[in-house]
Formats: sequence, C-alpha cells, structure tokens
Amino acid sequence: MLQQVEGSQAVAEAVAACRPRVVCAYPITPQTHIVEALGRMVRSGALAPCRFLNVESEFAAMSVAIGASATGARVYTATASQGLLFMAEAVYNAGGLGLPVVMTLADRAVGAPINIWNDHSDAMAVRDAGWVQLFASSNQEAVDQHVLAFRLAEELSVPVMVCMDGFVLTHATEAVSVPDPSDVDAFLPPFRPRQVLDPADPMSIGAMVGPEAFTEVRYLAHLRMLAALDRVPALAAELGERVGRPVPALVAPYRLQGADVALVAMGSVLGTIADAVDALRDAGHRVGALGVTTFRPFPAAAVRDALGAVPSVVVVDRAFSPGFGGVLATDVAMALAGADVPVASVVAGLGGRPVTEASLRRLAERALDGSLEALSFLDLDRPAVEAALAADGSARPTGPTAESVLRHRGARSRRPPGSPGTPAGPTSTEVAS
Amino acid sequence: MTQQAPVKYYQVGSFAVGNRLLPSELRTVQSDPARANSLTSGHRACQGCGEALAARYVLDAAMRATDGRLVAVNATGCLEVFTTPYPETSWRLPWLHSLFGNAPAVAAGVAAALETAGRGDVRVVAQAGDGGTVDIGMGCLSGMFERGDDVLFVCYDNQAYMNTGVQRSGATPPAARTATTEAIGPSPGNPFGQGKDVPAIAMAHRIPYVATATVADLHDLERKVERAMAWHGARYLHVLAPCPLGWGSEPADTVRVARLAHESGLFPVYEAVQGEVTDVLPVRRKVRVEEYLRLQRRFRHLFDETGAVREPETVAALQRMADQAVRRVGSGRTTHRTTYEESR
Repeated sequence: MLQQVEGSQAVAEAVAACRPRVVCAYPITPQTHIVEALGRMVRSGALAPCRFLNVESEFAAMSVAIGASATGARVYTATASQGLLFMAEAVYNAGGLGLPVVMTLADRAVGAPINIWNDHSDAMAVRDAGWVQLFASSNQEAVDQHVLAFRLAEELSVPVMVCMDGFVLTHATEAVSVPDPSDVDAFLPPFRPRQVLDPADPMSIGAMVGPEAFTEVRYLAHLRMLAALDRVPALAAELGERVGRPVPALVAPYRLQGADVALVAMGSVLGTIADAVDALRDAGHRVGALGVTTFRPFPAAAVRDALGAVPSVVVVDRAFSPGFGGVLATDVAMALAGADVPVASVVAGLGGRPVTEASLRRLAERALDGSLEALSFLDLDRPAVEAALAADGSARPTGPTAESVLRHRGARSRRPPGSPGTPAGPTSTEVAS
Repeated sequence: MTQQAPVKYYQVGSFAVGNRLLPSELRTVQSDPARANSLTSGHRACQGCGEALAARYVLDAAMRATDGRLVAVNATGCLEVFTTPYPETSWRLPWLHSLFGNAPAVAAGVAAALETAGRGDVRVVAQAGDGGTVDIGMGCLSGMFERGDDVLFVCYDNQAYMNTGVQRSGATPPAARTATTEAIGPSPGNPFGQGKDVPAIAMAHRIPYVATATVADLHDLERKVERAMAWHGARYLHVLAPCPLGWGSEPADTVRVARLAHESGLFPVYEAVQGEVTDVLPVRRKVRVEEYLRLQRRFRHLFDETGAVREPETVAALQRMADQAVRRVGSGRTTHRTTYEESR
C-alpha cells in the first residue's frame, strides 16, 4: 500500500518486516532516523524478540553485529560517512568471516573538511571489503532492496550494504509502498546460518590463515561475491512478482536505444539524469542513461551488454580518487575494455552540491560535440580555485584550504552552488588537471 | 559451590595448596579428569606461558559453572594465534575471534543473540591480553560495562604486547624494559606513571563483579570464575599471567614470579562487588620488590652483575608503588562471603 512517508521511516519498516533479532546502532547523521524508528519498534514490543543495543561507537556497532550474526541472529545496523570509516576494520572482518549482516549506508561525504551532506565517498572507501553494495535511486528501491538484502546475505553468507543517498533519500518524504509483512515472510525464510556458535556443536570461527591458504580463502570469497551476480536478478524478479512492482537488480538502462552518449551513474542522481535525458531527447539529442544498482560485485557483463553500441560513455561519479579520477568510471572503463569506446569521468555532487538538470544537459552536449575532457569536475568554481591557488602562491593563507576557498567563493557570490547564474559555459566542466 | 573450609596443608616455601592434600570436593576443576579441557593440548604457546595456564583454568571453571553451556570470544593476540593455526584449533568450546580491539562488543552481540534466541542459559566469556583490554579494547570494554551486557571479560595481563615482540602497553610497569622502552639512556625502561588500573576503572562502572587473580593461586582463580558466573551482567576478571619471553623469566618460574608479584604488593589480589572491594587475598609472606624484580631480565638494568641493587631510587619508587597498592585495596578478609551467599 502506498503511503506518504520519509525514506528513513520506510526503510525502518521494511527492516522490521524482515524480523531482525539484534539491531545495534550509533548515531550519525543522516542515518539516525532509521535506527530511531527501529528503536521505537523494539521498545514497543512490536519486534519481539529483538534486542536494540545502543553502542559506544560504530566500531562497536559492527562488532556487536559480528558477534550476533555468528551466533545465528538476523542482525541489522546503519551508518554513514565517518561512522563507516570508523568501523572499517570490522566491516572488512564481517566480509572476511562471511557473516550475513545487513547495513544501510546513508551515503555522506567523508571529511576533512567535515561535511554532513551527500556523496558516495563513504561507500567507495569500503568497496573492497567483501560486501555486496546495492545503490538505491529512490526510496521505493531502497525499501525493496533491504528485503532482498537479507535474503541474498543469508543465502550466500555475505554481508550486504544498501547504499541510499543521505538527506536526498533518507530525509525525503514521498509515496512509498512498504512490503506487506506476509509478503516478506513468504520471500524471506528464517535465518539458517552456515556456521554458528553452539555449545552442542563447538566450532572455532576466525582462525589464523597463513600464506599456504590465504589466497584460496580469498578466492572462494570472490566466487561467493560473483554468485550474487546471478542471485540478485533472480531474487529481484521473485520479490518483484510478489510485491507487484519491478525491483532493481544489476543495472537500470534508460532510453539507451540508439544513443550517441550514455550517462552512467548510481543513486538518486539517476532521477535528475532521467529528466535531463528526456529533455535532450525532446531536443533531438540521442542520449540515454545507465544506472548501476549493484556496484559490488560489479556487473561488468551487464554494463557491457547495456551500453552495447553506444559510442561515447560519460560516467558521473559522486566520489573520486584524488590524483586519479572517478571510481565508478574506472570500473565502467574496465568493463568496456577492448570496445574502443571513450569513457569520460565526471566528478559531480561532492559534499551535497546539487547536480542540476541544466548542468547535466550541458555535460551531455559537450560529450555529443566531443569537447568533454577525459576527467572533469561538474560545476567547479574555477575562479575560486584560481584565487585560492594565487593566494597560496603569494602569501600563506591565514587558514586551511577549506576556509580559504570559502572566503574566495563568499567574496564573489553569495549564491548557493549550482543555482542559476553560477558559472557555466566552457569553464564549468573544465578538466582540473 | 565449594565451601570455604579452612585449609591446613601447604607446600613448604610456596604456601601453595596441593590438590592431593585436599578432599576431592575442594580440588581444582583442573584436577578433575572429566574437566571440559576447553583449551586442549597441542597448542603453540611458549614453555611456561602464563596466559595458556590461566586460560585453561578460567575456561574449564566457567564450563563447569555453566554445565558446558559457554561461548568464548577472543581478541587478537598470543592466545588467539597460538591456539588456532588454520586448520587446527585447540578450542573444544564454541569460539569466535574477530579483531584486536572489539572482543567486548563482539561478546555483547553474542549475548544479545543468545538472549533473543531464548538461549539465555548459554553464557559468554570474552578474553584478551592487556593490549586488547587496557589499550585498543578500552572503548568497547567500557561500553560493555556501562550497558551491563551479560559477559565475563577476562584480561590475561602479561604487561606488554608480547605477540608482536614485547612492546610497551598501558599495563607495562614503570622501569620495565620492552622493545619500545629500552633499558638505555638516563631513565632506562618504561617511564614512571601509574599506567591504567583497569580493575579500578571497571569498579568505577559499578558492575556487579570485579576481581584480580594470578596464576600463582589457581584455587583462587577458579573460585573467582565460579563466582563471576553466578552473576548476570558485565563482570571483569584481571589475571596476572607472566610471560617468560617478554619478562625474561625462566619458564619454570612462571608461578613463582606471579606469586612474588602478589607477595611484594605490586599486584594486589582482590574482589569487588558493585564497585566496592569486598575481599582481599592476604599476603602470607611479605617480600620486598627486589625479590620479584630480580627474577626478570626486563628489570636487569636495576641490578649489577652480583645481583646488588644498582638503581636504588628506582627500586625504592617501585617499593612505594607496591606499598601504595596494598594500602589502596586494604588487606585481610571482609564479610564478602555472606554477601555472596545472599546474592545467590
């Protein structure tokens, strides 16, 4: 049933329908509303038998999840940004131990400079931790992906992270249908752990493994991850049939037929991209889009198939590897290796900067006329950067870089970034290198 | 539980009580051929390892107290490394190792999962060395204490990072040589300072039960484990476990060195209920700190070749520390036994 609800509340209800036994959390914006809602449900007895643990750090949150999961409990936690990085060691550990923990990542930038707004830097930082990473482009997708996540995690014995854009999705109120508990019960069987701490059948979990077997252990983990490439589409189809709407699987193509340029991205920006594509198509430009829903394991074959004969690919990344470029762009380029298709990397929407339809349209137009560089930064305020560089060269700025840039931007304009009137044209997407 | 009958037979010199001199009901769990053998033979600990000795006694006593319904969580460290070289394991109880600094939180998760599964009868012990407890595990440990998770946390304290090659920890005593506090320069060894008194920190959380013990009195150690398991909630046991490798003591002297740590006053052995000291193990034969220090190469720089004190000021400072520690916890027995019986 459709209801007008905040994304966080909807996700909490979906998680509740999955009947977790242990929920642990440490507060960090913008994930808090989800665990607050779950805390209320546990308190009210609606989730019994379920324990809600208020822990002293994200490191402890993931550690509690590890202990509870290894003891056979279905376990859930949520975090973001600095919290994810603080728990990173335990995130890798849960991946290595193959524990089917499900975690929501309310994607947020990683400091310094400290920033609470949305981008994908946090998710990219644990890309290699051995977790399945699903990216939601809407709150409906996020809700359905959580239900899918528990089933996938427990089937394959891998942890699953559902990445949803902080604020843009977590705090957005829109019409969402939360799966009926009976549908969830029919889709998600009780958790039967592959390995469990049980006095009746003692086993040692977490033994030391040396060079004689470490490679093989890691390779087996790789195979388990690859299995998700088969299971995600199957489970998405099964769940989709049950709930009566499509559930996203590996990739989501949008108007790619006969496209001259494809914009590839993950998360909520796909909505804006679809609007830009529609406008461009209306204007006679053959542009399409591809959403990557499953980022790890990376669906290279599905990406290759979807992009097919598109002669020019632009990857819009909401995170990047300083000194190189976009992270998703690298993966897409590798998926297209040998296809002789240029893959341009565009870094956009860092730290919550809006990615506007207008900017995306200009971007696509530059890709169409061949003037788009290999790496560019969308809506980069080049005069501010140049002023900061100049100040750095002549005399030491009084504060760190962040304050310096703010001063230069503030001196020129009080307009919010990305709003009409911000520098456009040739400089707006210029290569920073 | 075992009765506290007066024990009349001691070994000459050590005052230790031999099992064979006791009636069978007073003998250690470890002397029972039907013990759980939770940490069985064949592991890779060094000769004379105090931690292996302590863990064997602690876990088998806990297994007896819980009738075999026990899960162990282990921090990274010697105990984890020497017991589980893949694909072998020395553990005969369900055992989980996750990371160095998170054993208290992992154990809290295990306890929560058992509770929600209706298996509250299965109990949880978490164990770590001093590094995993007083340093890198401190945040998670404090969280486990204040939440009151149903976990007995055991620290096997050998006063440095032995697994990584004897580096200083927050539990390393002043003047001790470690690989990162070498016995060179004007003030050789670990600088003076109190380090972290984690039993006192645990008491400050007002958890139901805190105790210290050494591998020199294994009856006392087993008794404390049994008592700890009689309570629910967060409990803490801090066991001094000499490390022949890191301390430079003879493997055959492990028990002796632990006993001298207690008898010199440097390591008071006591119990605290709800944050108040209720029982102190009396020192039967008080010794000066030199007797304890002399047996260990990590303190060799304090003595000359003949064994005479070379650094009298340092030794006097350590003696003051020992006397102060004794005063801080008080001495002699209190009415704790009544409190304990009532609590059951």
